[in-house]
Amino acid sequence: MQITSMHFKARAGKKLADVKLQAALRKLQSNFVKGRADRILELDNFEDIRAAAAAIRDRALASLDVWLEEFERNATARGAVVHWAETTEEANRIVCELAAKYDVRKAVKSKSMVSEECALNDALEAAGVEVVETDLGEYILQLAHEAPSHIVAPVVHKSRDEVSDLFEEKHKLPRKTGIPDLCREAREMLRPHFLSADMGISGANFIIAETGSTLIVTNEGNGRMVTTLPRVHVAITGIEKVVPTLEDVTTLLRLLPRHGTGQSITNYVSLTTGVKGDGDLDGPQHFHIILIDAGRTKLIGSDMQAMLRCIRCGACMNHCPVYQNVGGHAYGWVYPGPMGSILTPIYAGLENALDLPNASTLCNQCGVVCPVKIPLPDLMRKLREKQFERGLKPWPERFGLALWGWAARRPVLYAALSMMGVRLLAWMGGAAKLIHNLPFGGGWSGGRDLPAPQGKTFRELYRQHKRIDRINRTQQD
Amino acid sequence: MSARNNILRRIRALQGKPPSPTAGEREAVRAYLQTRARSPRPAADGEPATRFHERALSLASTCDDVAAAAHIPAAVADYLRKNDLPMRAVCWPAWAALDWAGSGVAVEARGARSDDLVGITGAFCAIAETGTLMMVSGAATPAAASLLPETHIAIVSRARIVRGMEEAWQLLRAEHAVMPRAVNFISGPSRTADIEQTVSLGAHGPYRVHIILVP
Repeated sequence: MQITSMHFKARAGKKLADVKLQAALRKLQSNFVKGRADRILELDNFEDIRAAAAAIRDRALASLDVWLEEFERNATARGAVVHWAETTEEANRIVCELAAKYDVRKAVKSKSMVSEECALNDALEAAGVEVVETDLGEYILQLAHEAPSHIVAPVVHKSRDEVSDLFEEKHKLPRKTGIPDLCREAREMLRPHFLSADMGISGANFIIAETGSTLIVTNEGNGRMVTTLPRVHVAITGIEKVVPTLEDVTTLLRLLPRHGTGQSITNYVSLTTGVKGDGDLDGPQHFHIILIDAGRTKLIGSDMQAMLRCIRCGACMNHCPVYQNVGGHAYGWVYPGPMGSILTPIYAGLENALDLPNASTLCNQCGVVCPVKIPLPDLMRKLREKQFERGLKPWPERFGLALWGWAARRPVLYAALSMMGVRLLAWMGGAAKLIHNLPFGGGWSGGRDLPAPQGKTFRELYRQHKRIDRINRTQQD
Repeated sequence: MSARNNILRRIRALQGKPPSPTAGEREAVRAYLQTRARSPRPAADGEPATRFHERALSLASTCDDVAAAAHIPAAVADYLRKNDLPMRAVCWPAWAALDWAGSGVAVEARGARSDDLVGITGAFCAIAETGTLMMVSGAATPAAASLLPETHIAIVSRARIVRGMEEAWQLLRAEHAVMPRAVNFISGPSRTADIEQTVSLGAHGPYRVHIILVP
């Protein structure tokens, strides 16, 4: 997917003014945020489970290469073929080669954010393969030629009316307005594709080293269709998704749906291992698994490795006051919200996503709700430091900080300057003691007034108190 | 092969390890796999069968109880009639031997087709914690029968309702030497909330999941 994260500020402004989007985002909060809170209460020892989940992810990452080899060995033993891709381009090339090898004309896909990273659909279409997205949200986006705006609910930015219009235009059927009718129409349009596709493409929420299985969590059933009906199944996922055992994945499954959609468990949890056996009535004859790096190893061994624990539940964005107000498209790539503000600069380059680590108030809502305890605000702060070290901050910010640093090292001068500054701001505040338009801070005072400082500075008060203290003590003596 | 080696070597180099795994590292992985260590989980909440029943209903599945396997066809016929559904179904070969014709249900034991409206299956086991069915694919237990039809009827033995997924894995390892091609956990009818966060049942899979509990 094309990265447009450089335009975050301009986009965010537009999104704030988008009334429809704002209504959609409010719904997301009430459903996903409340849903998570309710479902967490079902776990009497939630914090123990959460600590165990973080430990499971850390254990996998600490010996990542050995677990990946173990996964490969077990998957291969059951007839799957494991491929490795260093870049998204390599991953696309592998899928296109497989399509050519198996004479694939049509591929059906279940939702995969890794395939969005790769822009796999474009690559396959360029190779002459028809690609059909089958997750309802992704299908709507494919019809509308839009990008997902949420990793779990990709079409959260669209209203029912917009979907009605889109279906009427593209399906050329009488306009439906009820949500169940729209879902039924999509089901009927997509069913023939499942049956006629030569290749099914899925992602993987986890891959299990012990058994060589890929696992997906879904609600619609399209994931099961895609991995059951076509003669070729290709699963494409990141190298960090490996989990040692079935017991380990069980613990993660207690948290992922609760944090993602506010469900105790998703409708379907599907593990696929190897190919159709002798006598099996269904299942693919060929199963290929593509493990991609595409920037993930940049986090390995670094002070940001904890980010690779991420299980892609979306809780951080659901709870983020910035995401809640600007939505996913403002972030300009596959992953929005706090997790995207960390992954995008790392995968795509710090200089291509300057605003993202700063698109946070560091309120730590994301860190509090993360099911695998990723210290997201700390990681964003580290990225800000890296931006500064690499001189990527805009010159007014760098100049301002340098000036402040110079003055702060000169206490007498600093005290005099701050005293003058306070007096000036107090004067600007006037009788109402409010500043309507702060010079160099128009962005801040555009939406609210700055209360003008009143009275003396801290240093003045401190000196004054010390003097009184001294007089009191002399009197006591 | 070069991408593979590059990725694996890069991981090791970045973690300050020698280029290939030591015998000790491999042994640690093997040892961990053998322990099958369980992590903390929520306290068991009541008797498994009761809990399963409660949770299944909360997921929008429906449940019925029969006293013996011989009563299954009559219970299925009753359910189909009450819901105005066709009296014919595709059935897992594993359950085709019951006297279906005697209850007026025409069953065919084969792989499911897209025009099958009712699918009758068994289940490998059921999970009390979440009200979930566990399905394991095989020659007599094809995966598509619980997926393509609009109505899925699952026959579950009450003796095989286990507390959690941990017990389900234990059972699977005991009864299957290798991991089956597909293991599917089913928790109610398929659903989507992609449009305006409003849940709608019957996305691509079944609209209805009906569970028949047998001793």
